[in-house]
Amino acid sequence: MSDSSDDGARPKSGVSRRGFLKGVGLGSVAIPAAGLLGGSVVLAEEAPPKPSGPKVFTGEIPIKLRINGKDHDLKVEPRTTLLNALRDRLDLTGSKLVCDRGTCGACSVIMDGLLVTSCMVLAIDAQGKEITTIEGLASGDKLDPIQAAFIEFDALQCGFCTPGLIMATKSLLKTNPHPTREEMQDALSGNICRCGTYDHIFAAIEKVAGGARG
Amino acid sequence: MTPSNPTYQYVGKSVLRNEGRNKVTGRAVYVDDIATPGALYAKTIRSTVACGRIKDIQFGPGIPWDEFTVVDVRDIPHNVVELIKADQPVLCDGVVRHREEPILLIAHPDKGMVENAAREIKITYEVEPAILEIGPGAVQTEYLIVEGDVDAAFASSDIVFEETYQTGSQEHVYIEPNGFIAEWQGDRIVLHGSLQCPYYVVKAVKMCFGIEEKQVEVIQETTGGGFGGKEEFPNVVALHAALLAKKSGKPVRLIYDRQEDMACSTKRHPSVSRVKIGVSRDGVLKALDFDFQIDAGAYVTLSPVVLSRGVLHAGGCYRWPAARIRGRSFTTNSPPYGAFRGFGAPQSLFATECAINAVADRLGMDPAEFRRKNFLHKGDKMPTGQVLDVEPNLDAMLDRVIAMSGWAEKRASMKKGSGRGVGLATILHGTGFTGSGEVYLQSRVALAGRADGKVDILVGSTEIGQGTETIFRQIAAEALRLPMEQVEFHKIRTSAVPNSGPTVASRTCSVVGRLVQRAAEQMFEKLDGKSVAEYVKANGSLRTETQFEPRPGLKWDDATYKGSAYGAYSWMCNVAEVQVDPVTATPKVETIFATVDIGTLINPTLAYGQVEGGVAQAVGWATSEKVTLRDGVMANCQMTNYIIPTSVDAPDIQLEFMPTPDPFGAFGAKGVGEMPMDGPAPAVTAAIGHAINKTISAIPATPEDLIS
Repeated sequence: MSDSSDDGARPKSGVSRRGFLKGVGLGSVAIPAAGLLGGSVVLAEEAPPKPSGPKVFTGEIPIKLRINGKDHDLKVEPRTTLLNALRDRLDLTGSKLVCDRGTCGACSVIMDGLLVTSCMVLAIDAQGKEITTIEGLASGDKLDPIQAAFIEFDALQCGFCTPGLIMATKSLLKTNPHPTREEMQDALSGNICRCGTYDHIFAAIEKVAGGARG
Repeated sequence: MTPSNPTYQYVGKSVLRNEGRNKVTGRAVYVDDIATPGALYAKTIRSTVACGRIKDIQFGPGIPWDEFTVVDVRDIPHNVVELIKADQPVLCDGVVRHREEPILLIAHPDKGMVENAAREIKITYEVEPAILEIGPGAVQTEYLIVEGDVDAAFASSDIVFEETYQTGSQEHVYIEPNGFIAEWQGDRIVLHGSLQCPYYVVKAVKMCFGIEEKQVEVIQETTGGGFGGKEEFPNVVALHAALLAKKSGKPVRLIYDRQEDMACSTKRHPSVSRVKIGVSRDGVLKALDFDFQIDAGAYVTLSPVVLSRGVLHAGGCYRWPAARIRGRSFTTNSPPYGAFRGFGAPQSLFATECAINAVADRLGMDPAEFRRKNFLHKGDKMPTGQVLDVEPNLDAMLDRVIAMSGWAEKRASMKKGSGRGVGLATILHGTGFTGSGEVYLQSRVALAGRADGKVDILVGSTEIGQGTETIFRQIAAEALRLPMEQVEFHKIRTSAVPNSGPTVASRTCSVVGRLVQRAAEQMFEKLDGKSVAEYVKANGSLRTETQFEPRPGLKWDDATYKGSAYGAYSWMCNVAEVQVDPVTATPKVETIFATVDIGTLINPTLAYGQVEGGVAQAVGWATSEKVTLRDGVMANCQMTNYIIPTSVDAPDIQLEFMPTPDPFGAFGAKGVGEMPMDGPAPAVTAAIGHAINKTISAIPATPEDLIS
């Protein structure tokens, strides 16, 4: 039990785009011949790729993650995404697994100040970074102004995309405290709300942005 | 927006959503958020052919199969997914009738191991030719409604117009995929799930295992959207989880991933409508001949009811001196189609509205003027023979939307083919179940007073984002004359709440809400001035229950398909304004203007949200959401290539409510959830047609389709 693993449907090549990404990680690992990738990981610093075949790690490895200002020691399989580490290992279930492709934004978290889809980040790559999840926004019972505005303007219906949308809003307002409607649309276009509450979300953001100005 | 009745404390007020705080903090618990130590992870092994027979199943090497729980067809007490017709097996019985049909269930404590093992199961088939389109397959259900002398009416028409319209399928893409956790506690099964209709699941599990209703406990967890996709389909997921839990003796998690969910789950029925309209030269409708066909997929599921709603809405909001409406659903080898917001009405109304616009064009009339001549009014007869007993107020709604949108000036200034256009559609939507459906359901709700002075609302009607919890608390608090804080929505577990019918058909607020209102009124009388706490202390308990009662005078005959199809209708006038990119042909729906009559607004903000969301889904269906079937399965079964509206694509929505309250709905409320799905698509295609000077008769109208 560690990871949502590979695609439900089996691609013809045997290696899906998703499996490939999970296999190779995001830039921190070397890429051997595609045929060798099957959920195993080759760590570049440990084993430079050689024609004779890379060293393959299996099982779990210890990692350290800093989330919402707290350090966590945990063990994960190298292929574990940050999202799965959050949900399955740390019981931080506010970030949601939806598309598993970095398309819908439901798993959005802020990592070193940048909005990322945590389904597309390997947990091992998130080490040494400051990660903020939806659980880290409120302090005690005091909601973040964005959370309060989402409630006030009914900027949510089923709520499954909401944590991601709030994180995306947080990220937007940090870099652009007074966004125009168009800038809001662009900034949130990676966060899909099937209930279609966008208008209410824009109203909520305007409230927070206006409040910040005043 | 209409001001709320000043005598009401809560009804008509935009009270904040009940569950908002949990949802914005990430604390709301959805089924996949529940920790289940010791549980098995499950996966469904599915067919890779659309039609054929299973020849052989091989469990490959390298997998410790003895650690797995494997369920096959022999493990199922009664291999039927109980719904309308007992034709769908829980697991394939040897004959494969569609792609992605479940064949085996496997489970293991290690999730990764389950995925690896799934790849090592090799199934071989004797492949047979599949039927993958409407037409050649068997007719599953057929309806025919005839009113007046249709042939004579066509003979006396000055102009007879004929056209065929098509609508594509649509995937719900509820953001939370399907999922269940099942655990047997002795001879009792407990199921936690993401679902709309808890009692559907109870019935399906009870029938499959041959057990008593009290042995099945279904608990609805916070549900991340449904849109009809979690009406009947969760039955299958629940049964699979329950079977694995039974065989393994352990709790089982069966949570779909997105790709599997999109490939195997039900979707909107694709449709073909042949429409023939007779009209006088001065623009008076004389006759309608409507042949409505839908692809049902491999099993019946809810297709007869979807077909029925499509047929019953085909006449639209117009007066037809004579009408013949025929509906047929066809069995194919596609994965079964099922409930989706609108439930057949968006399909038939698309054709009706496109045809009305085309006939106006043919007559050289403004489509608004043409509609005005033919709108239904109080006392008019609909194709089922139903006589409208309230004035729909369509003229005023049309006037208003025309004024709001600047219809006349825009039509004059935007030349045909200029890349900009406006389009109109006016529609109706029946509240609640079709015909005798509400009577058959016998929905029940209860209110229970507690020793702490609070009142619990006990219903099986689910919160799926639309606001059930909030509006029911408003309705109950209003009728009880209690502060809303004293009224709570009881968590839905079937051992504790009565069956208030399924959460579908735009019936929750209006029909079930009415039962909540009556139960609250009865409790208010029972209290007779005492507080809830006092009453409970003195009498031990406080409980009122109500059951659905048909409105007086409402008659429906299932055999002849005549009578009052619905107790009440909601109405909506839509104007779409679009721009089509001259180079890429990408249609951008800029604004949807709408006037909406859903009766009394219980909660204006929530009602607005329903309309906004429905409009966005309808615009997606009309312009970008294309279910591409390849060899009988959705080829684009990911959110990367099935394109639903984002914050950039969703149109601006200018909305005005113009309520005509229904005396038999909760405080006058009528249905809201589905109607916004009906009108935008034909309004958008009319606007695109105007913008590029072309007739659009099929959706989705993607750039590729528009260029070709």
